[in-house]
Amino acid sequence: MFEVRNLSVNYGGIEAVRDISFSVDEGRIVTLIGANGAGKSTTLRTIAGLVRPRSGSIIFDGVDITGKDPTYIVSRGITMVPEGRRIFPDLTVMENLRIGAYLRKDSIEGDIDWVFSLFPRLKERSWQYGGTLSGGEQQMLAVGRALMSRPMIMMMDEPSLGLAPLVVRDIFSIIREINRQGVTILLVEQNANMALQVADTGYVMETGVITLSGRGSDLISDEAVRKAYLGK
Amino acid sequence: MAGFFHDNLSYFLSGISVGGQYALIAIGYTMVYGILRLINFAHGDVFMIAGLVMVYLSASLPFTLSIPLVIIATVLLGFVIERVAYRPLRSAPRMSVMISAIGVSYLLQNAALYFTGGLAKVYPSIPGLSDTVVIWDATTKIVTLVTPFLTIALVAVLTLLIKHTKIGMAMRAVSRDFETSQLMGIRINSVISITFVIGSLLAAVASLLYFTNYASVTPVSGSMPGLKAFVAAVFGGIGSIPGAVIGGFIIGICENIIRGGASIFGIPGTGWTTFSDAFTFAFLIVILVVKPTGLFGEKAVDKV
Repeated sequence: MFEVRNLSVNYGGIEAVRDISFSVDEGRIVTLIGANGAGKSTTLRTIAGLVRPRSGSIIFDGVDITGKDPTYIVSRGITMVPEGRRIFPDLTVMENLRIGAYLRKDSIEGDIDWVFSLFPRLKERSWQYGGTLSGGEQQMLAVGRALMSRPMIMMMDEPSLGLAPLVVRDIFSIIREINRQGVTILLVEQNANMALQVADTGYVMETGVITLSGRGSDLISDEAVRKAYLGK
Repeated sequence: MAGFFHDNLSYFLSGISVGGQYALIAIGYTMVYGILRLINFAHGDVFMIAGLVMVYLSASLPFTLSIPLVIIATVLLGFVIERVAYRPLRSAPRMSVMISAIGVSYLLQNAALYFTGGLAKVYPSIPGLSDTVVIWDATTKIVTLVTPFLTIALVAVLTLLIKHTKIGMAMRAVSRDFETSQLMGIRINSVISITFVIGSLLAAVASLLYFTNYASVTPVSGSMPGLKAFVAAVFGGIGSIPGAVIGGFIIGICENIIRGGASIFGIPGTGWTTFSDAFTFAFLIVILVVKPTGLFGEKAVDKV
């Protein structure tokens, strides 16, 4: 469904991503794990169209989408939940959801109900400003906002960042639920343990290259991964 | 008290009127700042060009045609300036864009000088607006009475647009966060263009009102009103539309009260009216010392 081939990206004067290839099959949860600065975020940002790659290609549904602008990428059905959530603080919760559906011309009321059924808390707070929500609620809103574009693939950049462990657990169970409802997930995480537990496939990134890949359950028991990322 | 108002009514009226004109120009400054964090130094000159275009168009066309054409030409000018002088510098440091804005400002003034030969051009009398009326013994032009109402009506429409339409929502989003707005599929450049279009449109309306009152246009006619409107925007809290409007009215009223000093405060002599502009800026400094972000300045950034 989705394939990255020999992708290299320069970012901030350094070679942040070097010749990586991976694929995401429809209906799966795929994760890129690795330490800070490994190039995971840059990879997502490149796919989203925020950064132009130096070389390589990104193929989605048989179409080459390399170097296209973010508007095109969103309209093709690829959306991203950015790192740090990036809620619009002076838009209401409802407006934050509506803006997620910015490019859609059809009715979005059904999708708002769908997001509210996934996150009942957001319904209670629909008239509040985004900036007044707690960190966990903001993360839910960021996910809800991304879902409003009716994506085929949802990319998530560090959804667990800065959240309490219990909230992280909630977020991951929601990720699983969204995936069950048919959205393919590409997840970037430093929290390797949680990510590998939910993922079908995992890729380990180190200083811009993919060093290891495999089924999530295999990686979680892999000696090298355990040592490097799971602290055991 | 009633007697006091009666005696000085003309000062208050022209204060409210010129205040409304400053407010319309100030919105252009504040909206562009809100989205690009750029002080568009060329904005006052766009206002001046709108005046000149009216002078030339009305010479051969009826007002029913020349007024809409002036508005369209001004909007086009604002759009083209952004396209040519600011967009190529989108990822450059903010200082570069500001210098580009100063360059555009001088380009417009020089172009105006070239076409007018440096002579003050007489602004046409627009029937209806230029007629004089007497209210409560104060003689004034109709435009003085029309300006505040027209200003408030335009601001109301603009506020509705920003609060309740999809493009307004996109403008609010873009003014906060370029990158996340892009992730929503919003085309940043279109939103910025629309901002310049709105600002130029309001500047064109302001020029129709202002020059009807002042009757002539020179290549530097945009400088002082532009500067005052910029002060109004800073005064109200740059980035805030209600702030710009209230700032515009306050600056306009204050400078006219100072002009009317002799009769209002009973200070003899006309010498100190010369200082009315200096008072305006001194007033701004005092406000900024007390409240650095202006009256409605951006609140502190929310938690992340």
